[in-house]
Amino acid sequence: MTGDSSRKSPLTWAVHLSTLLLVALWVLPTFGLLVSSFRTGDQISSSGWWRALTTQEQQVPAIRLAGEETQKDGLFVIEGRLFDNDQTVVSHWGINSREPKAFEPGQPTTLEGGQTLVVQADGAFTLSSPQSMADLRMPRVFTSAATPPEFTLNNYTNVLTGAGTGQSVGQAFLNTLTVAIPATVIPILIAAFAAYALAWMEFPGRALLVAAVVGLLVVPLQLALIPLLQLHNAIGIGKGYLGIWLAHTGFGLPLAIYLLRNYMVGLPRDIIENARVDGATDFQIFMKIILPLSFPALASFAIFQFLWTWNDLLVALVFLGTGNDQLVLTGTLVNLMGSRGGDWEILATSAFISIAVPLAVFFAMQKYLVRGLLAGSVK
Amino acid sequence: MNPALQALITIIVGVGGCVGYFYFSNLFIDKVLFPATGENAGRNINRANMVRPWLFLAPAMLALGLYLAYPVFATLWLSLNQQMPGNTSQFVGLANYTQMMGESKFWESMRNNLLWLIVVPALSTAFGLLAAQLTDRIWWGNIAKSLIFMPMAISFVGASVIWKLIYDARPAGTEQIGILNALYLWFGGTEPVQWLQLPLWNNLFLMIVLVWIQAGFAMVILSAALRGIPEETVEAAVIDGANPFQIFFKIKVPQIMGTIVVVWTTITIVVLKVFDIVLAMTNGQWETQVLANYMFDKLFRANDWGVGSASAMIIMLLVLPILIWNVHNARKEMR
Repeated sequence: MTGDSSRKSPLTWAVHLSTLLLVALWVLPTFGLLVSSFRTGDQISSSGWWRALTTQEQQVPAIRLAGEETQKDGLFVIEGRLFDNDQTVVSHWGINSREPKAFEPGQPTTLEGGQTLVVQADGAFTLSSPQSMADLRMPRVFTSAATPPEFTLNNYTNVLTGAGTGQSVGQAFLNTLTVAIPATVIPILIAAFAAYALAWMEFPGRALLVAAVVGLLVVPLQLALIPLLQLHNAIGIGKGYLGIWLAHTGFGLPLAIYLLRNYMVGLPRDIIENARVDGATDFQIFMKIILPLSFPALASFAIFQFLWTWNDLLVALVFLGTGNDQLVLTGTLVNLMGSRGGDWEILATSAFISIAVPLAVFFAMQKYLVRGLLAGSVK
Repeated sequence: MNPALQALITIIVGVGGCVGYFYFSNLFIDKVLFPATGENAGRNINRANMVRPWLFLAPAMLALGLYLAYPVFATLWLSLNQQMPGNTSQFVGLANYTQMMGESKFWESMRNNLLWLIVVPALSTAFGLLAAQLTDRIWWGNIAKSLIFMPMAISFVGASVIWKLIYDARPAGTEQIGILNALYLWFGGTEPVQWLQLPLWNNLFLMIVLVWIQAGFAMVILSAALRGIPEETVEAAVIDGANPFQIFFKIKVPQIMGTIVVVWTTITIVVLKVFDIVLAMTNGQWETQVLANYMFDKLFRANDWGVGSASAMIIMLLVLPILIWNVHNARKEMR
C-alpha cells in the first residue's frame, strides 16, 4: 500500500483515474434518478438532470395579464409584473401559442384591439390603450424565460399520498414492509435448527441432505408458481399475505440452510464437545452456544432475505395479487411505468422511495452482506 | 384485519411456534418417549439421539419438499397435460412442447436467453475483476468498492426505472433528457434514437442493467480471492521482471480461476431467471422476449398452463447442468 502510493508512477495515476471512471459509471445512473426526483415535471422534461444546477431556459406556461388601470398622458395603462420572483429573465415572449417567441424583451407590439403591449426582460409589462380596457378580456402572454435552479419536495408528498397518481405509493410501501419482515424472520429459526443438525449431528443420510439443499439452491422458482398457487387454493389460503410469507420462506430456506451450515461447521469443535461432556442436550447447545456464535451468519442471511423479499416482483405478483391495495412497491412501479411512462417526476420519486430502504440497509449492514456472499459462493 | 397487525401476529406465531415446536418435541423424546432413566437408559439415549436430528430437520424438510421439490414434479406433470373446460385436464403427452416449438416468440426467447447467457456473465465478471484489481491498490478502494457494490441492493424494477431514464428519447429538436441520447447527439449523432426499440441492440441495453447490478457481486467475491493469492508468487514474478499486466493475467488470474468459475455460474443462474427487467422495460416487445417473461405471459396472460409449464421446464433443463455440477462439488467436499 505505502509502496504503491510513495512512488507516484503513471500507472498509479492510471489506476486512480480508471477507478474514478468506473465508480462514476456505477453511481451516476442512480444519482440522476435522485436528482430528478427533486425537480418539477416541467424542469425534468425541459432539460436533463445533469443541468439541474444551471439556470434554465424554458417555456413558461401562459400567464393572463391582470392589474389596475390608470390614466397616464391621455392613455389608459395597466402595469405589472409577470413573475413573483425577480431572478427570472425573459428571453422571448409572444401573444399566441403558435408563436410563443415572436418578440424580444422591450419590443412593443400592437394587439388586435388596438392596445400596445410591451414585456421587459425582468418580467415587467405595460399594456396601454387609447380607450378604457375595463370590459376587455385581458390578453395572455407566452414567455421563454431563464429560471434559476429550483428543487422541490412536492413530488414526494404527491407520490406518498397518491395525489395525482391514482396509485398510493405510501400504501404500497406498507404492503412491501408487511411482506418483507415476516418473510425474513420466519425462515431464520427453521433454517438454523436444520443447519445445526446438518453441521453437528451424526445421522445416516446427512451428506445426501446437504447435497439436496445445494441442488435446491438453484431450482428456478418459476417452476413453483402454478403448483403452489393450486396448493394454496386447495388448502384455502388463496392469494394473500399468508401465502406469500410461506412462499418466501420456502424459497429462502435453501440459501439460509446452506449459509448457516457452512458457518456452523467452522465453529470450534472443542466448545461443542465440552458442552456435550458437561451433559448439555443438543437443544441447549443450540440455543446457548450455536445461536449466539452464529450471529454474523444469521445477520448475513437476514439481509439477503430482506433485500430479496423487498425487491421481489414475481412472487408478489403471483401470490399476493395485482389489485391496487395488494400491490407492493415493485408492482406499483411496473404499473406506473406502463401508465405514466412519461411523467418522470412521479416515476423517479416512486422508484427512489422503493430503493431507499434497501439502500439504507445495504450501507448500514454492508459488512455482513459481504461476509455472507463470501460464505455463500466461495468454496 | 389490518395486514400490519396480521404480520405482527404471524411473526409471533411463526417464531413462537418454531421455538415451541423444537422445545417441546425435544422434551417429549427425552422425558416421555425415551427417558434417560431406568433400566433402558443407555439404549434410550442412543435412540433419542437417532431421532433428534430428524426433529431438528423436520420443518425445513417439509417446507423445502413442499415449496421446491414437489413443484418440480408438479410442473413436469402440468406440462404434459392440457387444461380442459370445467377445471379438468387431459394428458396430452408432448403436445405442449411441440406447440411451443412452433411459436416464433419461443425461439426468439431462446435466442435472447442465449445472448444474455453469453454477455451478462462475461461482462459482469470482467467488470468485477477489473474493479477488484483496481480498488485493491488504492487508499479509497473501500469507498469505491461500496459504491460499485451498491446497485446490488436495488431491485431489478428500480434499476429498470433508473436505466429507462438514461435511454429516454425525446423528439428531434427538443432537449434530450436521456443522457445516452444527449451524449449521442453531442458526439455528432444526427437524430435521437429510441434505444429500446432497436432490434437486437435493445437486448444489449437491457443486459447492461443486469451487468450494472451484478458486477458488484463479482467484484466482492473476486476481490477476496485476489487477496488470498500468496504474496510469494507475485513477488517472484516481479523479480523476474514481469510487467503489471503480465502479473495480472499470467500470475493472478490463473490462481483465482476456480472463483471466477463460481462467480460465472452464479450469475448464469440469475440470468436464466431474468424476468423483472424485461417486463418493466419492454415487456418482450421489439424482439426482447426472454424465457421467464415468455413463461409469465403464457401462465398469467394467456392462461395456458400447459405451454407455460413446458417453458418453465425448459428453464429447469437449462439450470440442470449447473445443479448437477454444484451437487457434485458439494459431495466431493463432504468426503
